[in-house]
Amino acid sequence: MNDALRQFRDFFVSLKLTVVLLVLGMLLVFAATLDQVNLGIWAVQEKYFRSFLVMWRAGDITVPVFPGGYLVGGLLLFNLVGAHIDRFKFSLRKSGIFLTHIGLIMLLVGELLTGLWQQDYNLRLTEGETKNYAESYRFNEVAITDTTDPKFDDVVALPESVIARGETIQHAKLPFKVVIKAYYPNAALMMRGADTGPSLATTGIGQRIAAAPQPMTYKADERNNPAAYLELVAPEGTIGTWMTAVSSEMVPQHFDYAGHSWKITFRAERVYKPFALTLLKFSHDRYVGTEIPKNFSSRLRLTTPDGRDDREVLIYMNNPLRYAGLTFYQASYEGEQTTVLQVVRNPSWQIPYLACALMTLGLVIQFCIHLASFIGKRRAAVVTK
Amino acid sequence: MKKYLSLLVLLGALAFVAMTLLPAKNPGAYDVNAFGRLPVLANGRIKPFDTIARSSLLQFQGRQSVTRPDGHRITPSEWLLDVTFHSDLANEYQTFEITHPDLLALFGLAAEDGAGGKRFSFSQLGPKLNELERQARLAEPVESAQRTTFQRAVLQLYENLIHYQRLRNALVAPNREDFLGDLIKMQDKLPAGIAAVHAKQAGQKFDEAAVASMTEMGEQFMVMSESTNLLVIPADNGEVTGWKTTGNALLETFQRGNVPPDALAYAGLARAWRLGQPDKFNELLRLFRASLATRYSPQLAKSDAEARFNSIAPFYSSMTLYAFAFFLAVISWLVWPDTLGRSAFWLTLIAWVLATAGIAARMWLEGRPPVTNLYSSALFVGWVAVAFCLGLEYFYRNAVGSVAAGVIGFATLIIGHYLSLSGDTLEMMRAVLDSNFWLATHVVTVTAGYGATAVAGFLALIYVFRGLFTRSLDKATADALARMVYGIICFATLFSFVGTVLGGIWADQSWGRFWGWDPKENGALIIVLWNAIILHARWGGMIKQRGLMSLAIFGNVVTAWSWFGVNMLGVGLHSYGFTESAFFWLVLFVTSQLVAIAIANLPLAKWRSFQANA
Repeated sequence: MNDALRQFRDFFVSLKLTVVLLVLGMLLVFAATLDQVNLGIWAVQEKYFRSFLVMWRAGDITVPVFPGGYLVGGLLLFNLVGAHIDRFKFSLRKSGIFLTHIGLIMLLVGELLTGLWQQDYNLRLTEGETKNYAESYRFNEVAITDTTDPKFDDVVALPESVIARGETIQHAKLPFKVVIKAYYPNAALMMRGADTGPSLATTGIGQRIAAAPQPMTYKADERNNPAAYLELVAPEGTIGTWMTAVSSEMVPQHFDYAGHSWKITFRAERVYKPFALTLLKFSHDRYVGTEIPKNFSSRLRLTTPDGRDDREVLIYMNNPLRYAGLTFYQASYEGEQTTVLQVVRNPSWQIPYLACALMTLGLVIQFCIHLASFIGKRRAAVVTK
Repeated sequence: MKKYLSLLVLLGALAFVAMTLLPAKNPGAYDVNAFGRLPVLANGRIKPFDTIARSSLLQFQGRQSVTRPDGHRITPSEWLLDVTFHSDLANEYQTFEITHPDLLALFGLAAEDGAGGKRFSFSQLGPKLNELERQARLAEPVESAQRTTFQRAVLQLYENLIHYQRLRNALVAPNREDFLGDLIKMQDKLPAGIAAVHAKQAGQKFDEAAVASMTEMGEQFMVMSESTNLLVIPADNGEVTGWKTTGNALLETFQRGNVPPDALAYAGLARAWRLGQPDKFNELLRLFRASLATRYSPQLAKSDAEARFNSIAPFYSSMTLYAFAFFLAVISWLVWPDTLGRSAFWLTLIAWVLATAGIAARMWLEGRPPVTNLYSSALFVGWVAVAFCLGLEYFYRNAVGSVAAGVIGFATLIIGHYLSLSGDTLEMMRAVLDSNFWLATHVVTVTAGYGATAVAGFLALIYVFRGLFTRSLDKATADALARMVYGIICFATLFSFVGTVLGGIWADQSWGRFWGWDPKENGALIIVLWNAIILHARWGGMIKQRGLMSLAIFGNVVTAWSWFGVNMLGVGLHSYGFTESAFFWLVLFVTSQLVAIAIANLPLAKWRSFQANA
């Protein structure tokens, strides 16, 4: 091996690099914590941890200012594995450290997988209501549905990211093109008046209601409500321009074209599940004489179309339902009858358990070895005195 | 003499503790203490009036003592008796702290008008209450993080005054000369009155005077029920859920056909208190307690114990002992190392045992593991840290452990005192935290990690100050300190790591995700990372003794950030207990630690100890 290569290798397996990476990791975590005040928890995760470089926007140009979570974590992983291959000699005295590092490797890999695979959804149910889908927290979609056949709906869902690109969309299932006339990532709805100017919308609710662009919000308890003006254009000419927006006040807008009935709506992205949940009862207990919440719980009926599952389940604080690779937990509520469940899909959820068990075991073993030798030395010291 | 000194110190400390354990004497002829022990249901739990009185006073003015305008000092329970039963007197007591100059200007008051230059009476504030309410309405919609200091001061005072109103309306109608007389009169006329009201509703001929007097009392009760949230009237059936405010209990008079006896009892106590009849007061109190004991015996026992706990105030005694231990230990480095060192160790041990008993008592009262909120975390961090220090002192006997214990024990209890100013510290757990298992494992281990990191930091401070400013840091002591710091950091790594992991498991169990990059989670992670950095830097030979000390001192900054700093951001699932002036102290603390690190890196020639050895 030539010198340059050896130096290169020595650098990557060195303990110095470990310390530098740990310091960088600590600074990254610290900066990410501070930035949550401005960006909110989701954006911070994308910007700091699920990235190779933390970018900083100065005017129109973005410059990398700090290594991101993937880079620091990846290098740490590399450094750790390298050090073990290169110079770490296994011995009983170091068995604790070895276990701890193996656990750490698993933890880093697990966090990477979580970052790649984990998905979060919302499930909002009012007593008596049944749903077989969950809604995304952050992502939205424009759904154009062919409702001609009363037995089933044929849905084409266009993700918000596609709408945001602003390019005209042609889809095999749609007999028309979708032209994005305007798109606002966050908007407020207001009645049209003299001051709102002429509407882009030529049909539907958009003739009476205007969508006004708003600054994006990053707060954990608020969401962005995007709006878009969409023109549907058939080969023979325009069908019309609709204003559509994500809002609890908006209902799907219906129209007829080419002998089919359609509806168009902008909504939170949906993920359909092979089972349905019905909210039987939502309970919200408070401590006597106060408004301090004591417990929330949702009693639900879980059913699958094939009838294999038909049972009651109870979800409450610190007691989620795990079913079909999903975890449903009590996240929030609205009023006295509507529950909000968070639905999380994380196929790698067991990895941290295993990793942490290994690391804890390793630390305890190493600690006991140190303690034993310390006490032994003290004893020896006392005896020689 | 020298020989017996440590024994003398030990006995002195034990006598001091024994004195605090004696039952409190009544200040006068009234059995005020028995009143203070009566149970009331407030903020979701049954507690004695004594706790209400003390926590209200701490919240209003940052201290528990009250001085009447005639210069006579009264106990918190006496003050509460005056507030509830004789509020025209209590309105003159200067118990509302106002320090913001603009808020003083709003009331047209100058600092000199107040007791101690900052405490004012309800009467002094009275003329401008409408203006305060207007300002509070302006400040309320502003998000708490965005509020100016003036807005915060306005809301704080406004909240305090509302709380004061709630106390005034808790037991009797505050504006009536003789509430008992009014209730008895009403009781006599009740059948006729109810008949008259029914007649009126049925459209028949009715006795107008009777209806008017019933309506008048009913309105009075309504006002009372709307003006308080203290549930003081126990249910008849011994259940905890059926407790009512006096106003609501009295409103039921019309359905029951008689005035609830418990409400009458309080009205009777009020009359005896106002008219200066201690014998009647005490007798009535005895009868009332006896009637409560038939239904609520366990609750009475518990609220008695809590009142006793309040009067013993173990944490204040513990704080005093820590301070003494610190001084003795420091002096022991100069003279009589054995005698004074042993004395300091005994003092620390007694202070720690006292704190242990205090924490245990709180756990029993609350039925919870030791750490449930920021206040109890301060107690517990101190407890763990001092336990480590005691262990070190037991092994090394060089007074270093006692000095560190003195500083950390005292400091954490002072922090606890300031955190207790926001109200009752035995709070009910919000739904998401309502899990004794995880509180007992995750929270306790993480907090123990804070404590251990803090011990390492303070040992390092001792190293730097002794080495730099005195000649007392010889090689043996320096090496011993380095070993101590290293050992404690190993402990800290273990505890903070295991604690963080347990937190992750809790999060996964209840929220379906192991790690969410929440600020408090990040705070714990930063402590783990920092301890790992210190250990790896030492293993890699990148730092020597002084480097280790510098890094350990920075551990204090990291701990302070994770413990308090992240709460000040006001975001995330763990953002409980935001504290206002705490920010200033945090900045001051961090600055002081950075200065300590800077001087730790002064060239060795400047270190007096190493000059001496060179």
